[in-house]
Amino acid sequence: MLRFLVTRVALIIPTFIGVTLLAFAMIRLVPGDPIQLLAGERGISAERHEQLKIQYGLDKPLMVQYAIYIGNVLQGDLGRSISTREPVLREFVALFPATIELSFCAMLFAILLGLPAGIVAALNRGKAPDHVVMGASLTGFSMPIFWWGLLLILFFSVYLRWTPVSGRIAIQYFFDSVTGFMLIDSLLSGQEGAFKSALRHLILPSIVLGTIPLAVIARMTRSSMLEVLSEDYIRTARAKGLPPWRIISLHALRNALIPVITVIGLQVGALLAGAILTETIFSWPGVGKWLVESIRRRDYPILQGGVLLVATVIILVNLTVDLLYGLINPRIRHAR
Amino acid sequence: MAIQTPTVPLDAGTAATPSRPVREFWHYFRESKGAVLGLGIIVLLVLTAIFADVIAPHDPIEQYRDAFLRPPVWDEGGSGRFLLGTDPAGRDILSRLIHGTRLSFFIGLITVAISVTLGVLLGLSAGFFRGVTDIVIMRLMDIMLALPSLLLAIVIVAILGPGLVNAMIAIAITYLPHYVRLMRASVLTETSKEYVTASRVSGAGLLRLMFVVVLPNCLAPLIVQGTLGFSSAILDAAALGFLGLGAQPPTPEWGSMLASALEFLQRAWWVVTFPGLAILITVLAFNLMGDGLRDALDPKLKR
Repeated sequence: MLRFLVTRVALIIPTFIGVTLLAFAMIRLVPGDPIQLLAGERGISAERHEQLKIQYGLDKPLMVQYAIYIGNVLQGDLGRSISTREPVLREFVALFPATIELSFCAMLFAILLGLPAGIVAALNRGKAPDHVVMGASLTGFSMPIFWWGLLLILFFSVYLRWTPVSGRIAIQYFFDSVTGFMLIDSLLSGQEGAFKSALRHLILPSIVLGTIPLAVIARMTRSSMLEVLSEDYIRTARAKGLPPWRIISLHALRNALIPVITVIGLQVGALLAGAILTETIFSWPGVGKWLVESIRRRDYPILQGGVLLVATVIILVNLTVDLLYGLINPRIRHAR
Repeated sequence: MAIQTPTVPLDAGTAATPSRPVREFWHYFRESKGAVLGLGIIVLLVLTAIFADVIAPHDPIEQYRDAFLRPPVWDEGGSGRFLLGTDPAGRDILSRLIHGTRLSFFIGLITVAISVTLGVLLGLSAGFFRGVTDIVIMRLMDIMLALPSLLLAIVIVAILGPGLVNAMIAIAITYLPHYVRLMRASVLTETSKEYVTASRVSGAGLLRLMFVVVLPNCLAPLIVQGTLGFSSAILDAAALGFLGLGAQPPTPEWGSMLASALEFLQRAWWVVTFPGLAILITVLAFNLMGDGLRDALDPKLKR
């Protein structure tokens, strides 16, 4: 087990170095040099330009610059935003809970709907429920989610007026952010209706962000269930006369879930990519919207730091999924 | 779907009789109704793209100053002049959608062509040369896979600058790792087979081994991945267009059509509904056909 753990952790180091290289190269590849970017539209004199170049260490060889960059990154210094002058890491930490909250709810929605749908489809293979689930899942998988979000807003917010169009909570509620998670903070604030408002704001974005994971999970659950249901031990359980629900829930589902869990883990990256679009549509103040706005404002330090942080989160999540998988499934950890 | 990658290529023996594999393929492909439906839609869309100039009732960027935000023909206030209504700038939505089809297929074709070509070259090299070449290429691909595809595309567009061509390059690079991995895996399976050893012993050179002996036998999974890649490319190009990083107005690209309609969401449902529907139908058709292709080309699933 220890060896499995060590090799897995060691494997992420080159990937991490690669991502830092990408982030480092990015800011040097954009048109115009970093000083011009800092100076903005107005531009600066040639003397000041040279001065700043020395100040930021840009006169040194690239290798040295990279070493300095890595040193800073390891100390948590990811530079400062050009537009707000705030440290990139601080902005990220302030916005990330909003993205986590949204992603968590989206995943919850996808799992709560996807697992039963997949099971129902598998149990009715080739019949109407199977076709409905598979058709819906292929449609969901092909969905341009930015359009899907607009459609839902059009129907539920504009036409029915059931849900708010954007934001995390209605403006009349104001309280200090304790955890950064609106659902928890609104409960802690004790204000009447605050939690309900936060929840209503979460519904549509969660559905939009959860749509593709939902499709993937339903499909995976179905195929995994079908495979398990044809195993000998299921036939044995049937022959023993066990009630069908017991066979499905205890014998089949538990084994069918292993690949589904992996797929859920792999969806985390897709979820963060989807968050970029979802947050933009719903004006959700999270990391995705922050990144898109940084491009529009040409705030390259944010883009550079943000990309590095998002990639790090994904690498760590994938590592965790890998380790957990090795923990539940001994075949994996002994195989490598 | 993209999460399952086909691994087993066509059996080498069938290549000797050229007419039968096609018929056999069609036999299996026809079995899946979804795939045939997908193919049908794609044929229609391709025809639309080719004859866009003839079919479209109006010029896609012509602005009719007397007709801003006209609703579709069946809606109150709509007219037969603009079947699907007009956008905030007074342009005919139907004509823009028709020309958008051409653009989307163009985007799909170019991006898939770039990623497949580069992917085949890199995958063949990694699989044949092994050693350092292999490690460098595959590690590089792992790094690219550490970022979600849309985020990586956004980073590349941020470097190159917004625009349709740059968006296409970005998407092509983003999907490269999938083809490289697929190709390398196929090469490793194939090179251990006897026919490769046989041609090596009979004196085939490296290039011949790579491109004439091995490559044709790795095509089946590539075709499937390419079809599915087509739909991902169209979807991502639309997403970039929507974020303002892809095609720029007034180009009739489906994603950027949606972006420019955003502020009219509450007043004019048709401006938002139709471009998205066009994206969905196209992507769905490719995914349907991709699934059917996989079933027809993957002998493991053949009953």
